[in-house]
Amino acid sequence: MSDDTSHGQPGTEVATVDEERYPVPDPGLEEHLPRLTDVDEKAADRATRQVATFFGLVPLLSIGFAVVYFAVPGEAWIDFGPLRANSRNLLLGLTFGFALLFLGVGAVQWARKLMDDEERIDYRHSAASSDDDKNYMLTELDEVVEESKLTRRKIIGRTLLAALATILLPMIVGLADLGPWPTKKKRAETIETTIWAPGVRVVHDVTFEPMKPQDIEIGQLVNAEPANLQDLEGSEYQIEKAKAAVIVVRMDPNTITIPPSREDWQIGGILCYSKICTHVGCPISLWEQQTHHLLCPCHQSTFDLGNSGVVVFGPAARALPQLPITTDAEGYIIARSGFDVPTGPSFFERDSRKDFKVGDN
Amino acid sequence: MAQPATTVNDDSSVRAETPKKELGPVFKLAAGPTKWLDDRIGVAGLGRPFLRKVFPDHWSFLLGEIALYSFIVLILSGIFLTIWFKPSMAEIEYQGSYELLRGLQMSEAYASTLGLSFDIRGGLLLRQMHHWAAAVFVAAMLTHSLRIFFTGAFRKPREINWLIGVAMLALGIINGFTGYSLPDDLLSGTGLRFVDGLIRAIPLIGTWAEFFVFAGEFPGELIVPRLYMVHILLVPAILLGLIAAHLALVVYHKHTQYSGPGRTNGNVVGYPVFPVYAAKAGGFFLIVFGVLTLMGATMQINPVWVFGPYNPAEVTAGSQPDWYMGFVEGGIRLMPNWEWHIGSTTWSWNVAIPGLGLMGLFFGLMAIYPFIEAWVTGDKSEHHVLDRPRNNPTRTAFGVAAMTGYAMLWIGGGNDLVATQFDVSLNAVTYFLRVAVFVAPVLAFLITKRICIGLQRSDRDRMLHGAESGVIDRAPSGKYSERHRPISEGEAFALTEHEDIPALLPAPDTDGFSEKEIKREQLRRKATRFYFMDTLRRPTRAEIEEAEHHHLHPMIVGDGEHHAIEAEEEHHLAK
Repeated sequence: MSDDTSHGQPGTEVATVDEERYPVPDPGLEEHLPRLTDVDEKAADRATRQVATFFGLVPLLSIGFAVVYFAVPGEAWIDFGPLRANSRNLLLGLTFGFALLFLGVGAVQWARKLMDDEERIDYRHSAASSDDDKNYMLTELDEVVEESKLTRRKIIGRTLLAALATILLPMIVGLADLGPWPTKKKRAETIETTIWAPGVRVVHDVTFEPMKPQDIEIGQLVNAEPANLQDLEGSEYQIEKAKAAVIVVRMDPNTITIPPSREDWQIGGILCYSKICTHVGCPISLWEQQTHHLLCPCHQSTFDLGNSGVVVFGPAARALPQLPITTDAEGYIIARSGFDVPTGPSFFERDSRKDFKVGDN
Repeated sequence: MAQPATTVNDDSSVRAETPKKELGPVFKLAAGPTKWLDDRIGVAGLGRPFLRKVFPDHWSFLLGEIALYSFIVLILSGIFLTIWFKPSMAEIEYQGSYELLRGLQMSEAYASTLGLSFDIRGGLLLRQMHHWAAAVFVAAMLTHSLRIFFTGAFRKPREINWLIGVAMLALGIINGFTGYSLPDDLLSGTGLRFVDGLIRAIPLIGTWAEFFVFAGEFPGELIVPRLYMVHILLVPAILLGLIAAHLALVVYHKHTQYSGPGRTNGNVVGYPVFPVYAAKAGGFFLIVFGVLTLMGATMQINPVWVFGPYNPAEVTAGSQPDWYMGFVEGGIRLMPNWEWHIGSTTWSWNVAIPGLGLMGLFFGLMAIYPFIEAWVTGDKSEHHVLDRPRNNPTRTAFGVAAMTGYAMLWIGGGNDLVATQFDVSLNAVTYFLRVAVFVAPVLAFLITKRICIGLQRSDRDRMLHGAESGVIDRAPSGKYSERHRPISEGEAFALTEHEDIPALLPAPDTDGFSEKEIKREQLRRKATRFYFMDTLRRPTRAEIEEAEHHHLHPMIVGDGEHHAIEAEEEHHLAK
């Protein structure tokens, strides 16, 4: 990298320059043309004033920033027609931003107009090291190996390799507690189940109020949760909510297809489905009342709620799991049982043979 | 290539070796401390190779600088944000100053992000600067890599630096994602839900990976602190190391330059680091910093208070990731719903292929391309003069095809917005893009290649017939022809400086080569033919002489003669 050694002496140690390679001879660098600021003192003075003005504005803006920081309240607003901006954020940004910008513009203007602009030439060396260096390294490395006695006492080299390979083991094993292991038993307790159980009331997802069939009109879709979700807190609440969220929808029984096996999963056209998309797990909620289609806003998978939740469009592969519902003694909607298949997106060990497919009964 | 200059012998060495010089007041002041430092770490010797090191000047070289400077802004603004941000998923009741959310349950991460936005003076500005800088960082890296690609700057000896660049681009995208997942608002939680689905879908190990990343089921309570560690320590540390290596290699190889008179494979022409380059680059850093600050001040980005805290049962229509995740999002949306159910297992190709395969394909192709091209051309020499994209039509066509495929996926990532904004069917947009993502790159390849060859022809025309003068002659026979003007030596050199296409000579002798080696060489030759089949050869010296002979006047002239000929033409015109 010692560039200074080769200045002005092309030919030595230079990367490939082959005059014969070019069909047209290299005329060499063009003549350096002076700029206006090089020949006209007035233009140079003007450029100097410009640079000094840019630099001179920076202290003003910096002080302006400090003034804004302490003087402008957080609840002040500036209106630009339909747009409204927070005064403090805007003024802090404008003062600081223009201070930086002017400092930069001043420096660039200085370089462009006033600093000497004659281009220079550096000569390149080949990226490879010289033969001398290579030879030195090879002979010396040979010595090094010899001096270390590695070639004579081979057992050291072999055990060293084994040691280096296995020393990584503790570092990898130490990561085994990153999370619980999803064994068959663990999966059955976690991702393969929800807190839905026989008799759990279906409640509104915000107010947690139970609902009766007569509260739901034809064409209406209600976001719901299991009543026992209220008993949970913190991350447990979030984990269960991410699996158990459902939608309750009422459709005209004459316009939908209900397979015989699911006759008793519904209450006169009121059906309950998992709200979690079988694709990558977004909560689905865009309801097309007339077609009975439910569209996932994330990746546009579309499910037909009038046909056991099968996929009619998009990247999802499996039907929405349906929750069997009935009413309890007080007339409130409850779950007949939990989901018969895991809700949410696919995972490798998921047994997907029980999911509803077009043509099932 | 901004201002031409004479080939004066560099006088920096002379200046540097001048033993004693009357020092200015600044140097007198600094003499004491400098001597102290030099006695200990030899700063003069360390600085000597760099003080006057030459860097060539071109606007396209600024793209990489933008990436570097926005990274510095990211670190500076990021440090500020860590002072107040709490990477915790513990649920608390919000009691801050944003009234619309007061009393709501939310994570500490979200609450502290609201605090940064409303209660810390300058917090919102820094948050928005940080987010804009991330978007600009990835955009600058991507456009910088396109500049490198289309000019062939990845060729020997710079392949390693290209690989470092690919790694940095991947890490930049990953770090952008981990960053916008931290505030734990509804949008970032939706993004995490998507990643959870993506990790789960990995065949064989998906469930294990999910449980290890999230410490159990989604969302759990550790993902935000874990992402925080990755976002502020792990990835930035690797990025810093890679940036240092990237710049060290740029210094070692010396920067590439565009072709032009006096600019050859053996030299580099440009301005010295001090004072011109330091002022320009330092100034440009401040300009990038200033513009990002102005963006943070005037352009809203990621208004988390509008989205609300994360709730796994809610999502907003029109949810979009940051722009650089758009192509993956598009792959996920366009993919047909292929899923295998074998025995009691589920193979979720609809998620695994676009989610993981697409990223692998994108970065894999980028990483491997320099080696493919080197194999095709069989070229083992060093390259320091940049190609004009037209002079390697197949490479340029591959690049544009890749960009087109990326664009189709990216549009697919917003298929719902395309449908609502242009009032077309969402399903039609999706079906169209499913086809277009394969067909459009092929069309782009063919069209780009023809355009490049057309441009090559026009270059060749200029070399062999001269520049069009706009002067029409009428011969006594009535025939019209346009008079051509010779081009300058400098231009002629710039037009013919690129490598000529590799010659495919007949194999010398097949003796001594194994069957396998011969097969491989035949395959390589097929690839070479495909690459350069339609490419124009560079005019040879003989062809240029022949053309001069034909036109009875020189086709290329020195600058002085050039003016004389122009004057003569004007004289003609005046008549």
